[in-house]
Amino acid sequence: MHRTEQEQAELLKEISGVDTKKCMKCGKCSASCPAYEEMDIRPHQFVSYVQNGDVKALLKSKSIWKCLSCFACVERCPRDVKPAKLIEAVRLMVIRERGGNYLTPDEVPELLDEELPQQLLASAFRKYSK
Amino acid sequence: MQRIGVFVCHCGTNIAATVDVARVVEAAAKEPGVVHAEDYQYMCSEAGQLKIREAIKEKNLTGIVVCSCSPRMHENTFRQAAERAGINPYMVEIANIREHCSWIHKDIEEATEKAVILARAAIAKVTLNAPLQSGTSRVVKRALVIGGGIAGIQTALDIADAGYEVDIVEKTPSIGGRMSQLDKTFPTLDCSACILTPKMVEAAAHDKITIYTYSEVEKVSGFVGDFQVDIRKKARSVDMSKCTGCGVCQEKCPSKKTPNEFNRGLNTRSAIYTPFAQAIPNVPVIDRENCIKFKTGKCGVCSKVCQAGAIDYEQKDEIVTQNYGAIVVATGFDTIKLDKFDEYSYSTSPDVITSLELERIMNAAGPTKGHLERMSDHKPPKSMVFIQCVGSRCADKRGKSYCSKICCMYTAKHAMLIRDKYPDVEVTVFYIDVRTPGKNFDEFYRRAVEEYGVNYIKGQVGKVAEKGGKLLVQGVDLIDNKRILMETDMVVLATAIEPNPDVRKIATMLTASIDTNNFLTESHAKLRPVESPTAGIFLSGVCQGPKDIPETVAQAGAAAVKVVGLLAKDHLVTNPCTAKSDELLCNGCSSCEKVCPYGAISYEEKEVNDHGIRETRRVAVVNSALCQGCGACTVACPSGAMDLQGFSNRQILAEVDAICR
Repeated sequence: MHRTEQEQAELLKEISGVDTKKCMKCGKCSASCPAYEEMDIRPHQFVSYVQNGDVKALLKSKSIWKCLSCFACVERCPRDVKPAKLIEAVRLMVIRERGGNYLTPDEVPELLDEELPQQLLASAFRKYSK
Repeated sequence: MQRIGVFVCHCGTNIAATVDVARVVEAAAKEPGVVHAEDYQYMCSEAGQLKIREAIKEKNLTGIVVCSCSPRMHENTFRQAAERAGINPYMVEIANIREHCSWIHKDIEEATEKAVILARAAIAKVTLNAPLQSGTSRVVKRALVIGGGIAGIQTALDIADAGYEVDIVEKTPSIGGRMSQLDKTFPTLDCSACILTPKMVEAAAHDKITIYTYSEVEKVSGFVGDFQVDIRKKARSVDMSKCTGCGVCQEKCPSKKTPNEFNRGLNTRSAIYTPFAQAIPNVPVIDRENCIKFKTGKCGVCSKVCQAGAIDYEQKDEIVTQNYGAIVVATGFDTIKLDKFDEYSYSTSPDVITSLELERIMNAAGPTKGHLERMSDHKPPKSMVFIQCVGSRCADKRGKSYCSKICCMYTAKHAMLIRDKYPDVEVTVFYIDVRTPGKNFDEFYRRAVEEYGVNYIKGQVGKVAEKGGKLLVQGVDLIDNKRILMETDMVVLATAIEPNPDVRKIATMLTASIDTNNFLTESHAKLRPVESPTAGIFLSGVCQGPKDIPETVAQAGAAAVKVVGLLAKDHLVTNPCTAKSDELLCNGCSSCEKVCPYGAISYEEKEVNDHGIRETRRVAVVNSALCQGCGACTVACPSGAMDLQGFSNRQILAEVDAICR
């Protein structure tokens, strides 16, 4: 099923339970974030990107793999917005993206090397073909 | 048989957009007793009232129903219109088809049906209405002001200048309040003491003002025009008539380790103390919890050194009972506790302080004699960071949902004063929004930036940590989208303000309503901002909502005018909708007497004639001057003897019947 960016933004809000309208743009989430310097899109921007329906950029962002899920932003946000939950939701959306990271048998020979455990391949088939 | 007129108001589109008023008129006209029904765009306007008056005269109406807004809004308007046309004002009923109907419904069908039902109920009630006559009650020409800060002082002065007696009750040993703790005031930077202390002196010297310091309101009874109040004058342990205010007792007192409340705990004070040098009255009190004499029985140094012999260890609390026509609440505020904001290291580092603490540090009479220094090592700071909105505008439980309103301006003031006096100190302010509405306010903030070089960064600070005697501040600059990691010497937190915690107790005594943030509720947010919904109770200063000094003084004056308007009356017209007991039905059980919150019911031995049998019975008697018409007694009465005039059991059941029909 193909979703528009706006629908994806709605889904992100639903998965995370975050109401982006509550944000007053104080930036305390980014100010608290220990991974801030590593991120291309900062925690406070996640909130406004989702609010504005700009999801594509978030799905491509390396920030989702840099977030430590330490929840400092959730703890300190004065508006109870919970930015980490939004980042988590984007991460889930990428992982669950159907087809995008599906593993076909043709791709396997290239990936094989001596150190790669057999189990990993088996689980990759299972995980991404459902 | 009643001849009833029904008047349906459109309220512009407020009602007419959601309720089909023509159908309400049509339905009402068919009700028994209704001889006239019409609608009009604005019933409350002069033209609308004229329609009512003309209909009353032409159709010989005996009672009217107005289907319009809440009775709180215009019941009085329509009662007066009815009276002018010659019918008793209590022959008027309001069907609230705005707040209770059009405003809360979207569907026209549903709303119209409900409006018809509400009109029907009001018609059923007015059919059973009887003319009622108001009585009068006295007005005690004296006002009570609770709280002796700038709000209370200004209100008291304005009432007293109008010629009425005023008593100020202040909990602490001196009047002056928060303003006496401030160093300079924005936007003109005049020194707080220079403008406050003359007012304190004026209040103390005024022949119409009595000041009770170190005192608290303990009990309130009565009602508008005639409140009876018990004031507890706590034992000062110092005879006010003898003390000369020389201060020797405070110097010699050996117990000097009590945190000094006036200096926000930044230094200590003696057990016998006046909060500050300009205190009024300039008479110390003994803090018995920290006094060696009271704790161990041994000491008595103050008594030995007092030339005037004013120390009195045996002094007891005293209760003063006084009657007042009006009561003004001016209980002020405090800063919130910061124990839930550990990320700013307030409780662990002495160099992280609140803005009110900085006021004391900057003040010449403060703990550092006005020298800007760190509380940890008493060294002057080279850089300072101000953090705004600490605990304000919070959606979570750690802080307050509202904007504290004064912080943006006092932070700009602090930053500017520091840059002015200590140009070498780097000053950075972290803000979320800078809110400076007010005359010359934004110009003031811009001066801090443009003329004094204060560095304003948009972005809330995430964390403050102590590191090697310095403070490490971690934040972001949201405009540059950059991480800020800076070392600084002092951090000042613009801490949220909250109403004085005692206000809950006081509001309960006064039956004055209070909101979820403990601010007292005004009678109407726009049109009656200084009156509590409880008659005779007025609001002054921050107890009603956050405000700065100019606003507080303006509101204090407004409250005073309202008080004077009340005290100027010779008597008050009482509400005739009071309880009445049928002595033939009364079984003398005392249930009503027990539930009456106003002490309006007593029992008398009375001779009654019950169907020819004459006997003496114990029956309830209502003092209609005290009865406020709450109706608690009518619910409590098991025999149906007690009834509320204007809201009789029959009337209410008739309304219910009309709704369920």
